[in-house]
Amino acid sequence: MDIYGKVKALISEQLGVEEGELTMDTSFEDLDADSLDIVELVMALEEEFNLEISDDEVEKIKTVGDVVRYIEAHA
Amino acid sequence: MKQRVVITGLGVVSPLGTGKERFWSNLCAGKSGVARVTRFDISQYPTQIGAEVRDFNPLDFVDKKEVRRMDRFGHFAVAAGRLAFADAGLDPEKLDKDRSGVSVGSGIGGIETLEEQMKVLLEKGPRRVSPFFIPMLIANMASGYISIEFGLRGVNTTLVTACATGTHSIGEAFRVIQRGDADLMVAGGSEAAFTPMAFAGFCAMRAMSTRNDEPERASRPFDRDRDGFVMGEGAGVVILESLEHAIRRDAVIYAEMAGYGTSSDAYHITAPDPDGRGARNCMARALADAGCAVEEVDYINAHGTSTDLNDKTETAAIREVFGEHAYRLVVSSTKSMTGHLLGAAGGIEAVACILAIRDGIIPPTINYENPDPDCDLNYAPNRALQRPVKMALSNSFGFGGTNASVIIKKFEG
Repeated sequence: MDIYGKVKALISEQLGVEEGELTMDTSFEDLDADSLDIVELVMALEEEFNLEISDDEVEKIKTVGDVVRYIEAHA
Repeated sequence: MKQRVVITGLGVVSPLGTGKERFWSNLCAGKSGVARVTRFDISQYPTQIGAEVRDFNPLDFVDKKEVRRMDRFGHFAVAAGRLAFADAGLDPEKLDKDRSGVSVGSGIGGIETLEEQMKVLLEKGPRRVSPFFIPMLIANMASGYISIEFGLRGVNTTLVTACATGTHSIGEAFRVIQRGDADLMVAGGSEAAFTPMAFAGFCAMRAMSTRNDEPERASRPFDRDRDGFVMGEGAGVVILESLEHAIRRDAVIYAEMAGYGTSSDAYHITAPDPDGRGARNCMARALADAGCAVEEVDYINAHGTSTDLNDKTETAAIREVFGEHAYRLVVSSTKSMTGHLLGAAGGIEAVACILAIRDGIIPPTINYENPDPDCDLNYAPNRALQRPVKMALSNSFGFGGTNASVIIKKFEG
């Protein structure tokens, strides 16, 4: 599975949304994700892609696309 | 002036079924909810039996995203709260939410989550502990979830009094409405402690029955051969409201809250005072609060845990408080069928009292086979009794020497 596919699968699992509803432009605000959801999602991403995302970087992540681009650049 | 308080809704998640009618018909039929424990590997434990909730799917009550953010005791609490709300015919949109509150406690809270996250901490380090760990763990989240679910902005409180939690929670909610601080309260208890650690702890105390080869016969309150309690899980929640509020919205009234009494043993961390003073005091205080004569009580839903000490101490306390009438009223322990739901026990046992009043049926104490000379009352042995119940008392006693009794009576205009 490519990075986009893995990211969508993780978000779907964590936030209880259908993968089909997710696009690169979907924002976490649209998904009603609160700050705790974001922390949990970041942990899952760190596990999955074996990297560390600093709190400053997390602040900049607003959409599914932001996640995918961050991982492509750092994994 | 004190408000009169009535009960208008019942919600149950229990080892005998989800929903009040399934729970009640199984209780009246004398069915046991006890079997071999399946929620974790039980093979190394001296006690291998319990009354687990088996017909429950949290997704029937909680949405998919929230399910992952709640401990099992939270699922039970929200489910019982929703069932009670629906049973009361409440429309949240028509409710004065600032005058509505919650008092649903838990003896232990989210211990399954605690154990899972402890493993994460040890195996993966502190940076992998879930941000939901604390909200899933804390015992006051049962009330929190229900308050959020229905938008109730009045009282939001939690009592943690071990096995007396459910009864204290209902009793204190009764007081809140009596003194006019709310018109409506969702009250009761929830518990989900079938976890490797909690079970090991109760085993270490030698508190639980080890009748592993006969699970259905293990919980045998007041029987000579009782050998400890059998753990249960679930939630019992009732809707309490001021009589005025219930009449205004044309609610169906099950029964009326008549009295509430509490006491402390001030004796030992886990053993009851053998003198039974604590048990006597809370029953006597509830009777005084209800302003009724002992002869008016028809039924006592006993704490009746099936431990040697509780059952004889509670029996002696009932004899002392009720005198000759102790031999005329009926005492039963529904824990013989449901197991001991710890902090939720008082919740489901209040429901049993209310339905006994509604139907004129007293649920039995099953597995009562060999009389114990120290336990000489009418325990409704093995078969439900058809008998009008105008007034019922429910006892709950907890570790820490904490005791509570509530008295519920037939509603008469």
